[in-house]
Amino acid sequence: MIQRIGRRRAALLVAAAAATGMVVSGCGDSSGGGSGDGDKSVAVSLITKNSTNPFFVTMQQGAKKAAEAEGVKLTVAAGKEDGDEAGQVQAIEDAIARGDAGILITPNGPGVNPAIKKARDAGLYVIALDTPPDPANTVDITFATDNFKAGELIGKWTATQLAGKPATIALLDLFNDKVVSVDYNRDQGFLTGMGIDTADQKKNGDEAKTGSYSGGSYTIACNEPTNGAEDGGRTAMENCLTKNPDINVVYTINEPAAVGAHKALQAAGKTQGVLVVSVDGGCDGVRQVKDGVIGATSQQYPLKMAELGVQAIKKIANDGEKPKVSEGLDFFDTGVSLVTDKAATGVESITSADGAQRCWG
Amino acid sequence: MTTTTPPTTAAQQFALRRHSPLQRVQHLLHAHPAISPFLVLVISFVVFSTLNPRFASPNSLSLVLQQVAVIGALAVGQTLIILTAGIDLSVGAVAILAMMLAAKLAEGQGLPGALAIALAIAVGAAAGALNGALVTRLKLPPFIVTLGTLSVFTALGLLYSEGQSVQATDLPAVLSWTGESFPVGRFRITVGVVAVVLLYLAVGFALAKTAWGRHVYAVGDDKEAARLAGIRVDRVLLSVYVVAGAIYGITAWILIGRAGAASPNAITDANLESITAVVIGGTSLFGGRGAVLGTLLGALIVGFFRSGLSLAGVDDQYRVLAVGLLVILAVAVDQWIRKVRS
Repeated sequence: MIQRIGRRRAALLVAAAAATGMVVSGCGDSSGGGSGDGDKSVAVSLITKNSTNPFFVTMQQGAKKAAEAEGVKLTVAAGKEDGDEAGQVQAIEDAIARGDAGILITPNGPGVNPAIKKARDAGLYVIALDTPPDPANTVDITFATDNFKAGELIGKWTATQLAGKPATIALLDLFNDKVVSVDYNRDQGFLTGMGIDTADQKKNGDEAKTGSYSGGSYTIACNEPTNGAEDGGRTAMENCLTKNPDINVVYTINEPAAVGAHKALQAAGKTQGVLVVSVDGGCDGVRQVKDGVIGATSQQYPLKMAELGVQAIKKIANDGEKPKVSEGLDFFDTGVSLVTDKAATGVESITSADGAQRCWG
Repeated sequence: MTTTTPPTTAAQQFALRRHSPLQRVQHLLHAHPAISPFLVLVISFVVFSTLNPRFASPNSLSLVLQQVAVIGALAVGQTLIILTAGIDLSVGAVAILAMMLAAKLAEGQGLPGALAIALAIAVGAAAGALNGALVTRLKLPPFIVTLGTLSVFTALGLLYSEGQSVQATDLPAVLSWTGESFPVGRFRITVGVVAVVLLYLAVGFALAKTAWGRHVYAVGDDKEAARLAGIRVDRVLLSVYVVAGAIYGITAWILIGRAGAASPNAITDANLESITAVVIGGTSLFGGRGAVLGTLLGALIVGFFRSGLSLAGVDDQYRVLAVGLLVILAVAVDQWIRKVRS
């Protein structure tokens, strides 16, 4: 009996080892392989964080459309999930091996930096989309939403809506086990927009828990991770409400998280008088603004990022002309607009009807 | 154990020897494996409510129940499979696939709600049947089979849904009915939590009181002996995978109610979390020993740790750390209990 268990356990270990190998090697997930041999057309790789988030799906669609229009050979790859660095590294290595002219990447973390360097050393032009790597000069240039500004817009809107009332804030972030620039830029941008001192601008949760914002006094009730999904948003909001039932401002990393947070508020009978703000501007999110689930959201434009990226690499490959960063920023800003049906004075915004015209997903 | 005739053989005398207190504990745990998770649950309850009295409030405990409902439901299916010395890495993927198929078809004025739920359960059962067939017909190890189908089902769910969530507001009301809550005394219970409790009662009954249940234990304990005893091992195994799949389909329904949307990005770590609940609950990874009651306790322990440490203001990573230690402890206790001599 004991011997049998021993053997079975050994088998399990071998299987686990094999599985780890399989998972790692399976991450590349590249589709639409490029032939690349003897063909003079420009080849570009698009490597997104994952292939599930509608944001990246839209990005892939934008790139495919632009590639078709420009006659560029496009290879689409993605990490297995948000934070999967190994999968992206492999996709970068594939792009180098294929002899692509350039890479468009939304980096999953600092772990892909060495691979990006290798690609640039091999002569590939690397553009980061949506998420600038840290440090930003790891890539040639970044085409992105100014996530800090996106946060700032909803922060200003919130402060104006509160009109001097005390703010009890729930911060529903993306992660608490890894540091991602989108996560801290939106969170810290939001607090800055509210007029709250953020201490370290690259660190969530290190600001004073109480103090004063531009209109009055504030309390930060919690920083909770949501994984950017509905079920995570709900659990996070529930935990926040248990810690402090008086929350009247809810910042969410994206709209799916906001939907979950709304469910939790609804279950607790607290939707009245609570401001929920978010970032993304997906079509579902814009509709939630219209329905009053979300008060205001900052809309970004992934389609534009991908199109511009493909065009830029084609241009460089053909005549060497390189894109330039936006003034005052270390990346090219693809724009962001505040979508709300309760316009606040002094904060520029568009209505949910306008937002729906330009939404993605 | 007790015999009326005086002991005659050496074996009988050995069986009646005096036990040390430690041996008695070992025997007790062997007979009732749910005792150790129950103790952990009670101790963590006491500790967390001392750290922050709000933890013990009906409101906070109601939330813990709602938060563990989804993983708790998946863990019922996982328990069945682990009882047969198998493992299911595809749990979450099956639930998501079933959920996305049902939600996409029911979106707008599509499929009626009841049919969509039936479809989700059917898809879950079919996915389970595929896992079961690969295990029994091709004789592949469950670990490898479900590792493969984890990817297959995840990919299918994503391709089919194009990565998009379906909002509950676009779905027939019955699909998010599981999220409706009602008061029970000072607690708030959701329909989903009730569904999970019913699931535990039904599967608990089937395991303890039916021939099928005895067969599941027999197959998990020793396949060859079970076969020699006339049990149709492959048929029992296949049925376990199908039942587990159907349970994942039901879980999809509970998940829609909880999240307010059918999202292909939900429950990313469901496989590991459900296995954790089963293992902490005292079910042996080597099959044949354990019960769904333990799994329920295991799921609650994880929920208690999440909520309790959060209320105590402790960084969430300590919960991850503590749960990891609990898993190792639980398996170590299991190994120790297995060494019991009757």
